Formats: sequence, structure tokens, C-alpha cells
Amino acid sequence: MLNRKYVPILVTFGLLAVMFAAGSFRYTGFFSAQVLYNLLIDNSFLIITAVGMTFVIISGGIDLSVGSVIALTTMICATLVERHGWSPVVVIPMVLIFGALFGTLLGAIIHYFKIQPFIVTLAGMFLARGICYIISIDTITVTNGFFTKAAQTKVPLPGGNISINVIIALVIVLAAIYLAHYTRFGRNVYAIGGSEQSALLMGLPVARTKILVYTFSGFCSALAGVVFTFYMLSGYGLHAMGLELDTIAAVVIGGTLLTGGVGYVAGTLIGVLIQGVIQTIISFEGTLSSWWTKIVIGLLLFVFILFQRLLSDRRVTLKT
Amino acid sequence: MQAPILQMTGITKRFPGVKALSNVDFRLFPGEVHALMGENGAGKSTLIKVLTGVYSIDEGTVTIENQAVSIGGPLEAQKAGISTVYQEVNLCPNLTVAENIYIGREPRKFGRILWNKMNKEAARLLKERLNLSIDVTLPLHAYSVAVQQLIAIARALSISAKVLILDEPTSSLDQNEVHQLFSIMRKLKNDGLAILFVTHFLDQVYEMSDRITVLRNGELEGEYLAAGLPRIELVLKMIGKDLKLLEELPKLSEEAGAAAGSIMITASELGRKGAINPFDLEIRKGEVVGLAGLLGSGRTEMARLLFGVDRPDQGKLLAGESGSPVKSPRSAIELGIAYCSENRKTEGIIDDLTVRENIILALQAARGWLRPISRKKQDEIADQYIKMLNINPPNPEHLIKNLSGGNQQKALLARWLLTEPELLILDEPTRGIDIGAKAEIQKLVLSLAKQGMSVLFISSELEEVIRVSDRVAVLRDRSKVKELGGGELNQQQIMQAMAGG
Amino acid sequence: MGGKMHRHHLFWPLVVLGALLLFNLIYSPDFFSLAVRGGNLYGSLIDILNFGAPLILVSIGMTIVIATGGIDLSVGSIVAISGAMACLTISKGTDPSSVLLVIGAVLASIALSIVLGMWNGALVTVTRIQPIIATLILMVAGRGIAQLITSGQIITVSNSNYEYIGAGSLASLPFSIFIVAAVLLIASLLTRRTAIGLFIESVGSNPEASRLAGLRSRTVILTVYVFCGLCAGIAGLILSSNVSSADGNNAGLWYELDAILAVVIGGTSLNGGRFYLMGTVIGALIIQTLTTTIYMIGVPPEITLVVKAFVVLAVCLIQSEAFRKTLITRWKKRNYPAEQEVTRHA
Repeated sequence: MLNRKYVPILVTFGLLAVMFAAGSFRYTGFFSAQVLYNLLIDNSFLIITAVGMTFVIISGGIDLSVGSVIALTTMICATLVERHGWSPVVVIPMVLIFGALFGTLLGAIIHYFKIQPFIVTLAGMFLARGICYIISIDTITVTNGFFTKAAQTKVPLPGGNISINVIIALVIVLAAIYLAHYTRFGRNVYAIGGSEQSALLMGLPVARTKILVYTFSGFCSALAGVVFTFYMLSGYGLHAMGLELDTIAAVVIGGTLLTGGVGYVAGTLIGVLIQGVIQTIISFEGTLSSWWTKIVIGLLLFVFILFQRLLSDRRVTLKT
Repeated sequence: MQAPILQMTGITKRFPGVKALSNVDFRLFPGEVHALMGENGAGKSTLIKVLTGVYSIDEGTVTIENQAVSIGGPLEAQKAGISTVYQEVNLCPNLTVAENIYIGREPRKFGRILWNKMNKEAARLLKERLNLSIDVTLPLHAYSVAVQQLIAIARALSISAKVLILDEPTSSLDQNEVHQLFSIMRKLKNDGLAILFVTHFLDQVYEMSDRITVLRNGELEGEYLAAGLPRIELVLKMIGKDLKLLEELPKLSEEAGAAAGSIMITASELGRKGAINPFDLEIRKGEVVGLAGLLGSGRTEMARLLFGVDRPDQGKLLAGESGSPVKSPRSAIELGIAYCSENRKTEGIIDDLTVRENIILALQAARGWLRPISRKKQDEIADQYIKMLNINPPNPEHLIKNLSGGNQQKALLARWLLTEPELLILDEPTRGIDIGAKAEIQKLVLSLAKQGMSVLFISSELEEVIRVSDRVAVLRDRSKVKELGGGELNQQQIMQAMAGG
Repeated sequence: MGGKMHRHHLFWPLVVLGALLLFNLIYSPDFFSLAVRGGNLYGSLIDILNFGAPLILVSIGMTIVIATGGIDLSVGSIVAISGAMACLTISKGTDPSSVLLVIGAVLASIALSIVLGMWNGALVTVTRIQPIIATLILMVAGRGIAQLITSGQIITVSNSNYEYIGAGSLASLPFSIFIVAAVLLIASLLTRRTAIGLFIESVGSNPEASRLAGLRSRTVILTVYVFCGLCAGIAGLILSSNVSSADGNNAGLWYELDAILAVVIGGTSLNGGRFYLMGTVIGALIIQTLTTTIYMIGVPPEITLVVKAFVVLAVCLIQSEAFRKTLITRWKKRNYPAEQEVTRHA
């Protein structure tokens, strides 16, 4: 018998398959490995961010600061490397640690002062975006050899090639799956999302886990920022505007419950790819304009949220 | 006799303004079931929370196996061998059964959780110690509350608990599930576990426990062998000297019963699956009908159906002179029904609003938002009811959340009296309030009935029900089993009906 | 007496606003000067009111939604849609200076905003989806809808009647101020002179108890989302009329966040219950004054974000019971989590 808990993720996967198939039938040149690879190449930073967001949402929180942290990371990377001549070998680990610390700070405020994550991470979003502009309000182009090499390196695969970013993203996905399902930290995140009160009474390290979730999300955002710098080869305060919404949408479409406790990293990957396919279809269509992406994603969000709602209703009726 | 495994001496716990526990001693022997008894406010839950490290101790010592311990939190309590299973299961519904048993202590290798080993161990633990064979890889929410409770016990056992606290474990279980739980408790007791059993059900206390400790008003009343303590003695010890104060109440005379008028509400074959079995009930004008039954016997469920809070899935309910159906709380109010819920905090008071606003709320809701009650009128109403019901502090602009439980109850009563209902449903109106306020509310019910209001009076205190009611409907196991009136109305009859057989 | 004053809900917002104004007075004395040019008043204070008008409107709607325990993330998108709708209607008209056309455009925008508000309200009441999630849908899709209406372009209109809404003046004051005053007045009258304010606070504080008291919670909740949509719609009209164009992408960007911030600064709790319209207005004015101040002192305007971040944090920390307790007592040696709960309720 099929385990009921996999239903949402299977639906999501089915949707991706159907959309990809539909695109392949309709447009010549759609059905190719490279189109698939491009989905990954163009969305690798989104995948990484969404992985961190998945953990946050499973724990019952939300992180609105992700887009700004990406922008800030690109900005710090670009400034330090280009304007101050620092070595990327120093800068990259530094921004990753910085992102993690930023998340830790937000998490600590959320947990210890019991303020809604929504508001705290909103402040974090303002703060990170604002610091970008303090550094510079202009685009800083990255010409450093390490970054350009990372950006241009192609990894050949059957039927095409992918970028280093994709490899980083996929490694993060795999690591996150392991983290979510095979470590105590991961299981504690699920437990807190299921019932924080119970988790506390069961003696789980609630404070540490909750804060670490935001640390992880901050780290993922910073890593996504590095990847984004490889992708765009620039630092800019307006980078990744509104990315937090795309991320949340990807996580929800990937089958994670916004109320916490249920969700899969693999689902999130599919959620990102669905968004990518929508964009690809719209660009193949040619006559359709880019704003349809937003409308379709909004519609998908609606359908998925409604679907989750019905599932959880059924769960309640089953119980009684 | 063996030495006690757990010994608490001179425990004192203060909260701002209240001394919740004062110099309480408590001990627990291995291989016994020990019942902790007390009325609301006796300090039972505070004692348990102190023992499980949820609260700190102000004074006193705790020793386990003659070793003094300091319990700083649920985790430390577990480490010391004390585990608790609460009425509302404190597990994570989204995790699997096996995880709920082992989370925080999963078998690991190089930090990697060994799922297969964990699942096997969980299945074995449930089978061997609790006679339970279920699929441990399903999420917890796939199982009934009864099974969830057993899983919670399994978790406690797997932490190698020496002391198991069961806090009202039977409240949401049906009869069969209770038997299943009891047989497991006996098995665990024979295995040498010390079980602290907290319950409202007297029958269960006598069925299961070897020893009984009674608390009253935060103090130790005494510790007794269950076999040597007759029921009535136990009840007297729990209630204490306050029994006399209640006895001053006048007993309602038969003439009032005879004066009962037209039918106010008729329920025929009304029922709802999982809440209450189909029942018939009729309440007449000016009549006080009591509902007696143990906690969880379906009293509240019946009241909720009558007020339209829950939808019945069978039967008919007609109210008022016109005999209209009751569809929702709103339609019930329109038909002249009022319902004071037993859950004052969650279903009664509106925290953020003042006493005045809380009082006028139901009347205003009935009038609709376009016909506001003028502020002057509101003040008058509030003052009038504050005086009439003796609400303290007598300031209508106080936030209701800052009032004591009894005064909140009175404000809610005022809310409903203001709507001038023809039928007033009172669900545990005197629970958790001080004895003086209790007597006042009982007197009020009697005088309201004299003025022609019908009242459905629900209380777990039998004496109280008998005192105010013309007629008493008795519930057992979610069914209405008997209706007693006139000469049959006495404690023994009701008890018998409640106990069944 | 002093203690009583500082407990009044407007005390802290007013202090912050006062401090901001005082800073401006010291930094640039002509901040408070008003000039009359062409029969209209000009000056920084007037600018603050004029540019702050859309935000105040959106915040008023947001206050009432938050009071019911909800939140509306879609207001920014509704602002954009409303502006786009109006500009589209006017640009399609044959006589671009017609008054009727403007009235038609305004009505179309307002009707659309009400429909969008109803959509949010229906999601929250009928399907019982958490408000933050329910309104997220329109927040995402709404930007697309706005761009769909404008076909991804910035629609520019030249209609002096339409411009009047956001840029005209009445009695030497910007007309938008009168719109805000009217909406505020209506909102205050509705919530304080009828019983709907009581119902809103009641539903926000304890929905189940409200239902048992016979309240039609669903109607109340639906109404507040419709009202919030309406407020956002009017704000969208003012905003687009002020610049005589509609930009589906950027109009009303960040408005939801600024509005929530204004509400929180104004003293209304995000958990619902008691709400303070005047507090919100002051909160919105604080945000606008902050922006204006930063422009004036010549710092890059983007720095506003950093300041906002600290304001959000400061306000939330002040409101956080846990934080205040930390300040007063420091951490106890052991931290018994449930105990704080109990002492609070005891």
C-alpha cells in the first residue's frame, strides 16, 4: 500500500512530469537534456535557498530575509574581491560564516524574545538590503579570475553540460536530505514543527534546534549568494529582489506544509523545477509575457494550499 | 516493607499571590499504583509539575532511591527516572510511532540514525511490555488517542523509568480502552514500576490503586491505603470542612416542580457519533434540570448539541414555543437559549476586552452591529450586573483577564442573563471558583428558576446538582441512562445510575 | 500621573514621532516652515502628509485585519492592480479629459479592489486557510495581474481630473489628505459608533468564544478583508494619480511590510484583539517622516531600510514580554519555560 504521507510529493512530481511532457509535445527543442540542465543551471541559487527555507518552514517558522542575504553576499563578495583585492579563498568562507551568524542572530531573537519569525526576519530583510546600499548603490562587476572561472566552467554530461553551481546545489540537496532524515537535528526540526510543546516535554533541545534552523537557512542563503555571484558575476543591492516569495512558493508547491511538521527536501527541489518549467514554457511560447509566470505560480500556490487544507481536514475526520 | 523509591519532603511552591503547595510530603513505593486525589486547586497539578521539573521548587527536597536530586527540567526528570504521560498526549503527531518512542535517543552510528534498528526495537518494546502489535512506521496521528497514550507510556518505559506519572490518562478513552490501559498498568506494576495515577474517576481509583494521597488547598491531607478508606471518607477528605457551607442552601420544594409550565426544548433521539449516543430530553418552563455523570460521560457533549455548537448527526431538536430547530449557537440564542461553557478561558471570556464589553457582547451580537447599545446604557447594564452578582473588583473597565476565575464566571453569567434567555445552560458554573462564589451562583440559579427561567445545570458535584435541580438526568458512557425526579432524587440513586449495573 | 500617561497607547508612538520631528528641527530649522505658492501650501510637513497618504490608508485597512488576528500580505499588489486598472480605463477612453471617464475608472478600480478583498476574505473564512498563507497567494499572483493589466508597460495618462486625486489641492492642502481624513473618519465612526469594532476585537481576541456568544465571525472577517482591499485600492488610485502613471511592477512595492510596521508601531498587537487606528496613523507618519528625514539629511535613501530594520526590532522587543522580563530580572539561574506562562495568568 502506498504510504499516505508521500501523496503530496507524488502529486508534485506528477505535475512536473506532466508539465515537462506538455512542453515537449508543444514545442520543438523542448524535449532535450540541455533544457533540463538549464532548469538546474538557472535555478541553482533558488534550489539552495529553498533547501534552507524548507527546514525553517518544517520547524513552523518562516524566513523572509533570504533574498536580501543573497544580495548582501553578492555585494560583500564583489566589494572585497574587486575593490579591496581580497582572495576569494578568504572571502567565500567568510561570507558563508557571516550568513550563518546572521541567521543565528535572527533565530536567537525569535526564540528568546518570542517574537514572530515573520517580523524578525522581516527586520533581517530590511537590514541586509540596507547594508547592501551602505556598501554601494551601484552594481559592482566581478572580474576576478576565480569567479569568472567558476562561472564559465562547464561540466559535460550526456546531452549537454551543467555549471559548477548545479553541482553545488545538488550536493546541498543531498546533504540536506541526509540532514533531515538521518540526523537528530533533522528529526528534532520535524518534532518541533509537529508540536513545540511536546518537543519541549520530550526533552528535545528546542532552543538550540530552532536557532540552528535559522543558522542553516542563513548559511544556505549565503551559499546561494556565492552561487548567484558565479551566475551573475556582479554584486548588486537589487539582486534577488522578491526571491523570498519564489522560495516560499517553491517549498509549498514541493509539498511542505506551511503550518510546519511535514515536508521533504526532495519535494522542494521539484517545486523549484516546476517554477523553472513554467518559466521555460512561457519563454518557448514567445507570445506569453513574463508576468504569466507570477500568475501561474500564484494559481499553483492556491491549488496546493487548498489541497493541503483538504488533506489535513481528512486527517482530522479520520481520527474521530 | 521496601523503602520508597521516591520521597518528596516539605515541598513548598509559591506563585505571585498564591501558595500553590505548602509543606507537602509525598512518597512512592516500587510496584504500587498510587492515586493522587484532590479537588480543583488542591495542588495536584502543581505537585506533578514540580516533580517533572516544569516548575522549580521553592522549599523542600526530592530524593530518588535515597539520593537527593534537583530536577531542573523535563529532561533532567527523565534522566532521574521520572516520566510523565499527560491526558493530552504530548507526542508529535507528524512523526512515526517508533520516532515518538525514541526521538532524542535514536540508535545511531557515526551520527547516522539507524531506522531499521529503531523500528525493530520499537515494535519489540510495544509487543513485549504493552501487548501492542502495530505498524511503528506510520505517523502517530494514524492511531487513536488510546493507542497514542500507550505509545507515550512506551516512550517512558524505554527511558528506563522508575516512576511513571499518568496524569488523567483515562479522560478521553472509552470503556474498552480503559480496560486495556488498566491491564497494562497492572503488568507494569508487577514489573516493579512505581505508578502515580491521577484521575477524577473514583471507580478507577479504587479499581487500580494501592495507596491514596489526598491534597487539599495546597496542603497534604493525608496518605491512606486504598483498601482502608471508604469512598465517602475519601470524598469528605477531598472536600474538607467546606461541605457544611453548602448545606446551608435551601432545598427546592416540590411546589416549584409542580408549577412547571410549557415545554421549552425537546430533544428526540438526538445524537452525535463519538460525542453522545441518541437521547431524549425535555425541559419545561421554570424547571431546573440537572445533568449528573462522571467527567467524560457526555455531559458537555449533550449541552453543546442543545446549543447548536456541534451538529447532531441524528435526531431532532426543537426549541421555544414555536418549536423551531436549533442550527447554530446564533439560532439557539435567537430561540432564547444561553450557554455558559465549562471552558471559561477558551470558550467564554474575551481576554482583551473589559468586563463591560464582555457582559454586553452576546446582547450586542443579537442586536447586530448597526444597532449599538449606547455607551451610557452599557455603563448602566455593567453597573447593575456587577452589583447584582457581586463582581469584584467592581470596576466595569477592568480587563476581564485580570479577574479571578469566579468573577470571570459571574461576568459570563451576566452576559447571558442580559439576553434574558428562557433556557440557561450552565456547564460547570462553579468549577474552580471559591466556595463563597459557589454558593452565590447556586442561589442565583434557584431564584432565576422561581422567576420562570428554565435551567440545565451541569456539575460534577453531585450534592450541588441535587440541591438545585427538580429533575436530574444521569449520563454514563456517553448515554443518558436515567432520569430521576421527586422522591427518587438522592445521591444514592444517582450514584447507582452513574455506576450502572 | 506620569505613570498613567506613559501607559497610554499613544505615548510611545508620539514620543518617537516627536523625537524625529525634533531632530529635524535641530538639523534643519526650515523643516517646519510652510510657504504659500500659487495658493497652495508647501513644506516638508505637507509633503509628509501628502506622500504618506497612501501608506496611511493601507495601514488603516491593515489595522482592522490584524485586529481580527489576521494579516493581509496582498495590499501592495492590490495597490498596483488598482492603479493599473484606473490608468487602463482612462487610457482606453476616447476623451481623455472627461470627468465621467475618471469616475468610471475610479469605480472600476474600487470595485476590483473590493473583489480582491473578498477573495482574501473568502479564502480565510470559507476554506479556513491561515491568513498569512491565504493572502500570500494574491501577493504573488497580484503583481502578475497588475502587469497583465498594463501589458507589462508603464501606462501614462494625462487627465487633469484624474491627477487631482493624488496631486490636486483643496483649501491650500493636498487633496489626498482629505481622502485620508475621510477614510479615517469613516473607519473611526464605524468601529467606535457601531458595534463592529467590538465584534472585530472580540473575534480577534477569542474566535471560539465569539462564536458561542452568537457573533457571525465569518461575516466580520470577510468584512475586514473587503475593507482592507478597499483601502489599498484607494491608496493605489492616489499613488498612480500622483505620478499620472501605473507601474504594475513597482507600484506599492513593500507596502504590506510598511503597513504592518505602522500597525505594530501604533500599538496594535499582531495577535489580534485591541486595535488603535490613531496609533496606526501615527505609526505610518513615523515611517514617512523617517523617509523624508533621510532624504533631507542627504544620506542615500536606501539607508531607510537599515533604520526601519532597527525600528521594527526595537518596537517588537519593547512589545515582547520575554525581552522586558530579561531587562528587569536578567535570566534566572534556571529557566523554567512553563513557569513564566503561569505567573502571567495567575
